Amino acid sequence: MRKISRRNFLLASGAVAVTAALSACGGSSSSTAGSTASSTAASSAAASESAAAEGKVLNIWCWNDEFQGRFNDYYPEVSEVAADKSTTTLKDGTVVKWTINANENNNYQNKLDEALLNQDSAADDDKIDIFLIEADYALKYVDSDYVLDVKKDIGLTDSDLAGQYQYTKDIVTVDGSQRGTTWQATPGLFAYRRSIAKDVLGTDDPTEVQTYLSDWDKFNDVAAQAAAKGYKMLSGFDDAYRTFSNNVAAPWVSGTTVTVDENIMKWVDQTKEYTDKGYNNQSSLWDSQWASDQGPTGKVFGFFYSTWGINFTLLGNSLATPTAEGGKEEVGNGIYGDYAVCEGPQPYYWGGTWICGAAGSDNIETIKDVMQKLTCDEAIMKQITLDTQDYTNNEKAMNEIANSDYKSDFLGGQNHIALFAEAATKIDMSNAGPYDQGLNESFQNAFKDYFTGNVDEDTAKANFETAIKEKYPELTDVVWPA
Amino acid sequence: MGEKTNKKGSISYAKWGYIFIAPFFIIFAVFQLIPLASTIYYSFFEYYRSGLKVIGPSFVGLKNYMTLFATDLPKYFGNTLLLWIIGFIPQIAVSLLLAAWFTDLRLKLKGQTFFKTVIYMPNLIMASAFAMLFFALFSDNGPVNAVLVGMGILKQPFSFLNTVWGNRGLIGLMNFLMWFGNTTIMLMAAIMGVDPTLYEAAELDGCTPNQMFWKITIPLIRPILVYVMITSMIGGLQMFDVPQILTNGKGGPDRTSTTMIMYLNNHLFSKNYGMAGAVSVVLFLVCAVLCVIVYMSLTKEDDGRSKAERKALKGGKK
Amino acid sequence: MANTAKTKSEKATLAARRTGCYIALVLISFLCLFFFYVLIVNSTRTHFEIQKGFSLLPGKSLMTNLKNVLNDANIPVLTGVRNSLIVSACSAALSVYFSALTAYGIYAYNFRFKKAAFAIILLIMTMPTQVSALGFLQLITKMGLKNSFLPLIIPSIAAPAVFFFMKQYLDASLPMEIVEAARIDGAGEFYTFNKIVLPIMKPALAVQAIFAFVSSWNNYFIPALVLDSADKKTLPILIAQLRSADFLKFDMGKVYMMVAIAILPVIIVYLLLSKFIVRGVALGGVKG
Repeated sequence: MRKISRRNFLLASGAVAVTAALSACGGSSSSTAGSTASSTAASSAAASESAAAEGKVLNIWCWNDEFQGRFNDYYPEVSEVAADKSTTTLKDGTVVKWTINANENNNYQNKLDEALLNQDSAADDDKIDIFLIEADYALKYVDSDYVLDVKKDIGLTDSDLAGQYQYTKDIVTVDGSQRGTTWQATPGLFAYRRSIAKDVLGTDDPTEVQTYLSDWDKFNDVAAQAAAKGYKMLSGFDDAYRTFSNNVAAPWVSGTTVTVDENIMKWVDQTKEYTDKGYNNQSSLWDSQWASDQGPTGKVFGFFYSTWGINFTLLGNSLATPTAEGGKEEVGNGIYGDYAVCEGPQPYYWGGTWICGAAGSDNIETIKDVMQKLTCDEAIMKQITLDTQDYTNNEKAMNEIANSDYKSDFLGGQNHIALFAEAATKIDMSNAGPYDQGLNESFQNAFKDYFTGNVDEDTAKANFETAIKEKYPELTDVVWPA
Repeated sequence: MGEKTNKKGSISYAKWGYIFIAPFFIIFAVFQLIPLASTIYYSFFEYYRSGLKVIGPSFVGLKNYMTLFATDLPKYFGNTLLLWIIGFIPQIAVSLLLAAWFTDLRLKLKGQTFFKTVIYMPNLIMASAFAMLFFALFSDNGPVNAVLVGMGILKQPFSFLNTVWGNRGLIGLMNFLMWFGNTTIMLMAAIMGVDPTLYEAAELDGCTPNQMFWKITIPLIRPILVYVMITSMIGGLQMFDVPQILTNGKGGPDRTSTTMIMYLNNHLFSKNYGMAGAVSVVLFLVCAVLCVIVYMSLTKEDDGRSKAERKALKGGKK
Repeated sequence: MANTAKTKSEKATLAARRTGCYIALVLISFLCLFFFYVLIVNSTRTHFEIQKGFSLLPGKSLMTNLKNVLNDANIPVLTGVRNSLIVSACSAALSVYFSALTAYGIYAYNFRFKKAAFAIILLIMTMPTQVSALGFLQLITKMGLKNSFLPLIIPSIAAPAVFFFMKQYLDASLPMEIVEAARIDGAGEFYTFNKIVLPIMKPALAVQAIFAFVSSWNNYFIPALVLDSADKKTLPILIAQLRSADFLKFDMGKVYMMVAIAILPVIIVYLLLSKFIVRGVALGGVKG
């Protein structure tokens, strides 16, 4: 395997050059991956020879078709997609087999766990080669022997990875070994209603609004002012949670002891105050109250949202007539154009999907190429963003868009990519740990009862401790900040 | 049951008994017994996963059971019983009433096919889809609150999903809606199995519908009633999907809607077969004891009596 | 005697009772149908309309949602319907037939382990299944039956709850005299069961067939563990897949449309089988 890798690398870099050249002159967002892919056809014949030593089946496991779409559209080696999309054939003849298991009832993780635990005994063509994970539970897999080191095992170089945002690497790094890469970066911002900001603060200018919201004390002052005018600062209990939990001083767990961070207790105090004083609307993420608060009838000052949330969810919710029913994405339809974004009190991220190479794979070279093209390649990354508005994980490409005259009509003409680009570099996820998903969920759940007045704070704490010991039998103690 | 079997006992037929029940037991042994046995076995072990690392199995004796009884187990058991009762009482009452109406030959209700079809339909919706509809209807800004506030019954929206009794009420309602059609149909099928000449005879003797229902229908469908009671109780004690989905898997507020199986399910997050196995075994024992009590109390003397009644009625008819 | 007066007042009470019944039935039907109405209304609305709350009035996106569902290559609806039909029909048929057989075996014959067998089956019923699900997955993986319909169909032969119902039904409505009469006529045991006992049990069979069909139709947990490939997936798995779509494609309109599509076949099956339940009345008369 090793001896062919250099040749492969040359071919791969050739493909990058062609792709880069193409998208450089193509420029417009209509140049799709199809054309990119066909342009590299010349190199495919040679590639098929060199890959002969590799397995002929590349098994990819995921929980929805998002990555499949990206792969089929943007991976240059794709030659044919089956009509039912269940397989994708690469130019060297390798067949990519897609195994999509929805994650309802934890089904994806259940099946993935069983498959990984049986990876050794599976036939070569049945072994998982690539699987996808979400940030929330990334460490569960990353911190195990079932995932390949992207540099040592797969062969990506530091310069390959140099363009990626640091936090996206930190999340999947254990003891200095990076074990996954992503094509997405999902920095978060605070999206506020311009009209409400004008009413409350007398300005809707993002820079000025940011000065009013730059730390939590100021943020709380604005909440009081907004409430005085009949507005809610936030919609739900959990809206601000990520901004607190992403900025903790240490990981949740060390040894078998859980330490509740002071910043998280600040969220508790803040949210309790907001709930009692009516600064929030007592909704929960994704419920109908929360969604309608984002629409024309909403009275909520703003929402913490990351890249995808602003471009898709918030935009969709803001319209009075949905696009599917002939509504246009333009000012006048609902509150389109009434939102703007600013950094808010603390940097955070929300969402993201990582690609991991599975230990035992016989397709290392293909995995390397997939990671290179779909997470490291500046031209492809930029193209994805131009085509889909998905914010991609390439600092340079994103900065290019940020520094252009890009304008979002939805945000009243603001260039929010510039703010994303700025925010993305400030995110520090070095304190991410394998317990994040379980503990954050249990924490929010236990304290929701406290906010709604069903239990007192001590009961909420006790319920949190009970819940996490059920989830993680190995945890022994919980330390609360004094 | 005993007397019946003695009557027809003739050794030459015994082998047919084994032949007839063989497929059931073979399939059961292959597909269920092994997992079941391992459930009990692992309840004496420390055996879970920390991430993808498998911890154990190492024998710990009764430690899991001791841990279990140190937790809020009685609370979850109480929740489970309560949630079952608030769904089951309306369910059995309405089902009996409807089944009686549908099978009452004198009532001659029109549009029966329509009604019978409709009452079963909620069961056709997947629980998860049903829950989506409940969320839409009962949210703070949903139509139910709008109607209640509009009619002046409530001053401000009632938070069904964030209050103890709101949540329990919704779980009861959803269980009721999903299962009363089933129960009605089963009872109907049972009532239809009753010899119609009994009713004709009773009618000639001047029985009122009420009397016929209590004196003929109920005793004769007793076996099916026992079935409904027991399966519903087992279903109730194993209640999981409705509260799980309606509370987003949280069993809140303050774990007041956490049922036994939801508690068990919490342990499956870490594939904790030790603790989950212990919960299963306890639940199994409780369930079995309750079933025996119900079964005994409903069938013991009645078996003889209902047979006697049936004979008496038949005799009377002739 | 006072017969005429009695019938008159009887007629009046009967009319009053009937009115009461109709009112109650209409109310209950409304309650049941209302959910379907909301379901159908939501399948005509767009994702964002649904997200923002409830509406009594249909939206305008019925065709859009339908097209979106049918054109999604990753959600093979028709294959899903076919797979669900195969699995549900087979497991309903197997569980009903073999449960009736087992119940009859215990009801009609006298053998040594009869009581033990009955007790064991009842005990099985009280054992929670959640824990054994993953053990089941490991088992069928070892048997090489993963991604096959067999592990979803074959185990339904051992359905304790269906068995219990059949047993109770036999207790209530099969006099042993009929079986004995058949034996005197020289009928074999299987012949007696298939040709004499099964027809008498038709209402029970139909009822349990419906229940077994529906619960298998709506089952997500076990099929999702067992099935992998797109051409094997059943409808609940496809619905779950729609629900876990990424933000770009997540579309509640599609989800509701899919749920509506998934319900249609069960309603048809129900209507077909419910005739047997109604016909059971006529059969009831035969045996007296």
